[in-house]
Amino acid sequence: MFQIRIHGRGGQGVVSAAEMLSIAAFREDRHAQAFPSFGSERMGAPVISFCRIDNHEIRLREPVQEPDALIIQDVTLLHSVDVFSGLKDDGYILINSARSFAALGINDFVSTFPRHHVCPVDATELALKHVKRPVPNAALLGGFAAISGQLKLASVEAAIREKFPGPIGEANVAAAREAYEIAAGA
Amino acid sequence: MLKQTEGSVAVAEAVALCRPEVVCAYPITPQTHIVEGVGALVKDGSLKNCEFINVESEFAALSVAIGASATGARSYTATASQGLLFMAEAVYNAAGLGLPIVMTIGNRAIGAPINIWNDHTDSMSMKDSGWIQLFAETNQEAVDLHIQAFRLAEELSCPVMVCMDGFILTHAYERIDVPTQDEVDAFLPPFEPVQVLDPDQPYSIGAMVGPEAYTEVRYLAHEKQLQALRVIPEIADVFKDVFGRETGGLIHPYHTDGADTVVVALGSVNGTIKDVIDNMRSNGTAIGSISICSFRPFPLEALAAALGGAKRVVVIEKSLAPGLGGIVASNVRMALGITATPVHTVIAGLGGRPITMATLTEVFEVAADGRLPDVQFLDLNHAAVEHEIVRARATRRSGPTAENVLRQLNPCRPAAKV
Repeated sequence: MFQIRIHGRGGQGVVSAAEMLSIAAFREDRHAQAFPSFGSERMGAPVISFCRIDNHEIRLREPVQEPDALIIQDVTLLHSVDVFSGLKDDGYILINSARSFAALGINDFVSTFPRHHVCPVDATELALKHVKRPVPNAALLGGFAAISGQLKLASVEAAIREKFPGPIGEANVAAAREAYEIAAGA
Repeated sequence: MLKQTEGSVAVAEAVALCRPEVVCAYPITPQTHIVEGVGALVKDGSLKNCEFINVESEFAALSVAIGASATGARSYTATASQGLLFMAEAVYNAAGLGLPIVMTIGNRAIGAPINIWNDHTDSMSMKDSGWIQLFAETNQEAVDLHIQAFRLAEELSCPVMVCMDGFILTHAYERIDVPTQDEVDAFLPPFEPVQVLDPDQPYSIGAMVGPEAYTEVRYLAHEKQLQALRVIPEIADVFKDVFGRETGGLIHPYHTDGADTVVVALGSVNGTIKDVIDNMRSNGTAIGSISICSFRPFPLEALAAALGGAKRVVVIEKSLAPGLGGIVASNVRMALGITATPVHTVIAGLGGRPITMATLTEVFEVAADGRLPDVQFLDLNHAAVEHEIVRARATRRSGPTAENVLRQLNPCRPAAKV
């Protein structure tokens, strides 16, 4: 079983991101479970969502406490939430940031992970460029496909289109593709 | 069709496939996505011949469903938590009048303190209202139980609540097989009411009944629930023939053969419990579990048979009877009658507290050693509780309990002026 935990804030599409991951996995004939953990239901409040992917039915209903991968949609959470809690030693970290891990002050921690497992991607900038709104979730999923190898980019694209049909979906697909290229080349 | 979708959306589609004629909607977390979903299907024309009525409260939602059902319309609504309490009088009336309404409960805690997260306190508050209560273990089962619920309700003229865990199921995306209209039509015949309000042939429904007949009418309500014990498994069998899935029924035993310790629970936590059982079985512990699907009627005989070989029973329950302990455990004790089998209550998951494999494993191991107390609160922060008890004893004007506990756990919160 592969477990992903996504940290962000209300309004950033944290819950939709986990849902799209589960749809992408389903399209690859795998079992997947996505669910949210809400705090206060309001814009800006910390939100966590989870996605589990496996080759058989997933019965477990506990929150993901020892993720294989972390997607951090908002770096301001680094100072207020223990986002790295329980992350496996050989896990994956994708952070939405224009800054390097060193500039974020987490280089010592991040450098203990395999080099190709960790990557900052400026997903907000990519979203502004393609979607014209600062919603980083879909772009990060492209980045996740690149660093984790868990899902094909084509499955992620199909999941984005299923969740957001029409021009908004296409714009998000473009953001995800560019993030994939950036993360794959990092 | 097999799809990856949200539990609430799939349930909305299943309800629509049952061709309800009146759907009453009043939003409350975590049930909102369900009625929104049904509303969307009415609006886009996929659900025809259906009045979707936005009402002003939960009391109105069920009252309108009662009126609609009494005219012979297949009626549906959904609620949760305080919403169920606000419609309490109508809940009893729907059952007393024998109206086959189906209602989804997106299970959620009840205030005070206000809490939007999952437990079973809401459904438990109405367990003796005369409704049938079915608990879904997965979103697939939630979908399937709704389709069974309409048939069950209409066959017995008795309302049915389908209870699904708020957020854990309602907001979870997973693989769900949503049936086709043809399949549901083959399983669920059109509604043939036993009583209809008809201006051409007027009679009253809900007449006053004095001491001379009230006991008999109440007995018949009890007898109807006893009939349901027979009908629920029959419907599950027919369902399996049509849809090819085993779903519903009274109870789902899991590895109970030869089990010294048997865990009993309602709803989605059974998935986590099964994973723990698999681990402990592979380590040689003789443990199994039973998921109770039909909580009302309570399957006394089926449980007694399934628990016959157990040396001890551990009930994991997401509700609390303050001053007593476990509600489900009390019922399970009745199933076991005068046998000496100990039944332990573990209160877990209140107000959305995660129930983890780690803590369940710990508590089952203690139980297998015969060291589990009668009533235990899973993961209780004993220090926080003790601190508040001591503090409240020391000060007469000690202030509100909930706020005091929060301040203790989050010292940065501003102190209330006392």
